[in-house]
Amino acid sequence: MGSEKPILTGARILWECLEREGVKTVFGYPGGAILPAYDALRHSSIRHILVRHEQGATHMADGYARATGGVGVAVATSGPGATNMVTGIATAMMDSSPIVCITGQVGSKLLGSDAFQETDITGVTLPITKHNYLVTHVEELAPAIREAFYVAKSGRPGPVLVDITKDAQQSSCAFDWEAAAPRMRGYRPDLSPAKQEYEKALQLIREAKRPVILAGHGVVQSGAEEELKTFAERACIPVAMTLLGIGGLPAAHVLNLGMMGMHGEAWVNKTIQDADLLLAFGMRFDDRVTGNLKNYAPKAKKIHVEIDPAEINKIVKVDVALVGDLRKILQELMPRVETTNRNEWIEHIRVLKGDSAVRDIQNLPDLGHLYAAHVINDLWRETRDRDTIIVTDVGQHQMWEAQYYKHERPRSLITSGGLGTMGFALPAAIGAKVARPDADVWVVVGDGGFQMTMGELATIVQENLKVNIAIINNGYLGMVRQWQEFFYERNYEATPLVNPNFAQLAQAYGIRSMAIKKRADVVPAVQAARAHEGPVLIDFQVEQEDTVYPMVAAGSALHEMIRRPSPIVETAADE
Amino acid sequence: MLHTFMVYVENKPGVLSRVVSLFRRRAFNIDSLTVGRTEKPEVSRMTIVVDADEDQAARIVANIYKLVNVLLVDDVTGSQALFRDLSLVKVSAPPDARAQVLQLAEVFRARVLDIAAESITLEMTGGEEKVDRFLELLAPFGLMEMVRTGIVAMRRGAKSSVPATVSEEVRPVEDGSVSYSV
Repeated sequence: MGSEKPILTGARILWECLEREGVKTVFGYPGGAILPAYDALRHSSIRHILVRHEQGATHMADGYARATGGVGVAVATSGPGATNMVTGIATAMMDSSPIVCITGQVGSKLLGSDAFQETDITGVTLPITKHNYLVTHVEELAPAIREAFYVAKSGRPGPVLVDITKDAQQSSCAFDWEAAAPRMRGYRPDLSPAKQEYEKALQLIREAKRPVILAGHGVVQSGAEEELKTFAERACIPVAMTLLGIGGLPAAHVLNLGMMGMHGEAWVNKTIQDADLLLAFGMRFDDRVTGNLKNYAPKAKKIHVEIDPAEINKIVKVDVALVGDLRKILQELMPRVETTNRNEWIEHIRVLKGDSAVRDIQNLPDLGHLYAAHVINDLWRETRDRDTIIVTDVGQHQMWEAQYYKHERPRSLITSGGLGTMGFALPAAIGAKVARPDADVWVVVGDGGFQMTMGELATIVQENLKVNIAIINNGYLGMVRQWQEFFYERNYEATPLVNPNFAQLAQAYGIRSMAIKKRADVVPAVQAARAHEGPVLIDFQVEQEDTVYPMVAAGSALHEMIRRPSPIVETAADE
Repeated sequence: MLHTFMVYVENKPGVLSRVVSLFRRRAFNIDSLTVGRTEKPEVSRMTIVVDADEDQAARIVANIYKLVNVLLVDDVTGSQALFRDLSLVKVSAPPDARAQVLQLAEVFRARVLDIAAESITLEMTGGEEKVDRFLELLAPFGLMEMVRTGIVAMRRGAKSSVPATVSEEVRPVEDGSVSYSV
C-alpha cells in the first residue's frame, strides 16, 4: 500500500507537514537534538526567524497567533532549549493561544539516561500544554504534527508541544499525509448547548431590567465581533470588556463601557455590581475582574457562554450555561432576542459615570510632568488612522494602555493577560509584525519588562522588521512599587531600577532612537517614528511614582475602588 | 462526600500521569485510584475515588474530559453499580488466637492465603464498607501488615457501560456534536 508515497526522513516530514498546515514562518533556535530538522530546512519554503532566546520564540509564535487567529510555531532543541520555552508555553496556555512548539529530543535509545541536554519536556510541560507528544518513531511524526495543529486550534485553543527524538528525525518512512489525518476518539472540541438551555437563557434576557455583557477573549477568538455588536444593539445591553476582550467591540461604540476589573473604570465595575443579569461571553471570571467573590454582582443572575465546560461554575455559580462556540451560539440566539430599549438602565450608568471625567489624568494641565497616560493617549491619537497593533508587556503601562488607548478593531491589542508575563511584549510584537506585515506594530513596554527579553532587538534588526518600541520608563518596577505604596507602607524594596541608556542601547543594535522627557515632544516623536523606514525605539522618561487608578485592592469588592484623588490638579501641584 | 468515577482512557504511554497531574494541579484529593486493562486492548479503565462536593464533581468530570486521551467518564456515585475492594491482611495469630481469626475469616468469606506459626494472611474482597468492618474486627488481634487495592466498579445489568464511541471503529473527528448543560 502507498507504493507511490515518497520515502522521507522525519526531518523532511516535519517541514512537509508544517507547510501543509499552512505555516509560512517559524520562530526558532537550533541545537544538537534538532539539527537534523534544521538541516532539512533547505528543502522547505518555510521562513525561519532566528531568535535570541527560546522564550522569545514562543512569545513570537503567540503574537503571531493572536495577530491572525492562526497557529504560531516555535522550534527549539532539547534540554535548555526546551525548558526556555516553558514561560512562553504557560503564557499561551493561560490566554488560550494556539501555538505548536517543536522540540528536538535526544535519541530514543538514550531517553531516561540523563544524556547530554536531555530534559523530560513532555513531563515538564504536562500541566501547561493543552496536549503534548513524544515522538520516538518516524512513523508517528506526521500523525502527531497533524493532531497537534488540530488540538491547538480547535475548541478552546491552546499550546501543544511535539518532542521529536533525534533518531525519529533521522530515520525515514513513507510520507502519507492523508493517512495521518487526526483520528481522536476522545477529543470533542465541538460541543453545543441543548435546546432547553437556549430557552432558559432567552427567558433570563427577557426578564432582565439591568443586564450587562461581559465580553472576553472568546469574542475575538471565535470571531464573534459582529455578532456581539448586533446582539448588544438589538437587546440594548451595555458591554464591559475584560483586558483580552478589548477590541471585541469598538471602543467608540455607544454600548461599550470599557474595561472592567481591578483597574477598570469605576462606573464599569459599579454597573456590574448593580446589574440583575450578567451575560459572560467567552470569559472565565478571573480574579482580576471579579474582585471579592462574596459580593460579586450580588443581584445578578448569570448566563455563561463558554467553549470550555470546565470553566462552568469554576469561580462563579451560573444560572444558565451555554457551552460551545460563542459565535454560533449568538447566531442561534439572535433571531429570538427581542428588540428593547433600556433607557432607565442606560441613564443609571450615565449617572454612575458622574465625576469620573474630572479625575481623568487627561484633564490635567501640562505642568511639565510627563505621565504615561499622556504618552499612551497621544500615541492613540497619532496612530489611530492606520491599522495599528499595540503589543504590551505587563504592569502599569499595560493598564494605562488598556485605559487610554481606544481600540476599535479586534486583534489590535496583544497582551499577556492570565499569566502576566513580563518580557512578553517585544517578542510577541515581532510575531505580530511577521504575521501582519502591513500593520503598524508598536511595542508598549515598561523599563523592567523590556530588559527581560531585549536581546530580541537583534532579531528585529536581523529580520529587518519595522517595529516601533515605546518604553514607558519610570525607573521602577512600577506596578510592584504601586502595591508597595498601597499595601507595604511605601517600602520600595527591590523595585527601583538603575537602567542603561536605552537610546544608546538601541543605537548599538543599529536601531534609531529618541529619549523624550516633555509632553510636547511626544507627538513629534511618534510621528518621526512612523515616518522612519526602520525600527525605532523611544525612551519615554515618565513620572516616576505615578499610580494606576482606580484600583480594586485584593480582597475588596468590585465597587470598593481606590480612586485618584480629586481634583487631580492638587496632587500634581503639591509635589 | 466520596465520588467514584469510571474513566475510560486510550491505552497509551503517559496517560496515567496526565490524569494524576490533573488531580494534583486542580487540588482534587484522590482517595483511591486503580487502573487496568479492559476487554479492549486499546482501552484502559480507571476507577477513581475522590472526596468532592457536587459542584466539584461536575468540574472534575469536565476537567478529565479535557484530557485528549480520555474516552468516557462515568460518575457512578450513589448508583446501583458494583463496587469491589480487595485487601491482603497479615494478622498476628499465635496458636491460642488462630481459631478466632479463622472463624472471623469464615464469617466474612475471606480466603486464607498463608498460615505461619504466629500469623495468618487473609485475602478479603468486598464492598469498601465490608472490608472496613472486617479490618476493624481484626485489629484487636494485631494487624501486622495490610494493603488494599482501592475500589473497582462496574455497572449492573446486561448493558455494558463501555461507551458506544469506544466500541465503534475509530472514526474521523469531524462528525457529530455533543450537548452539555449544567
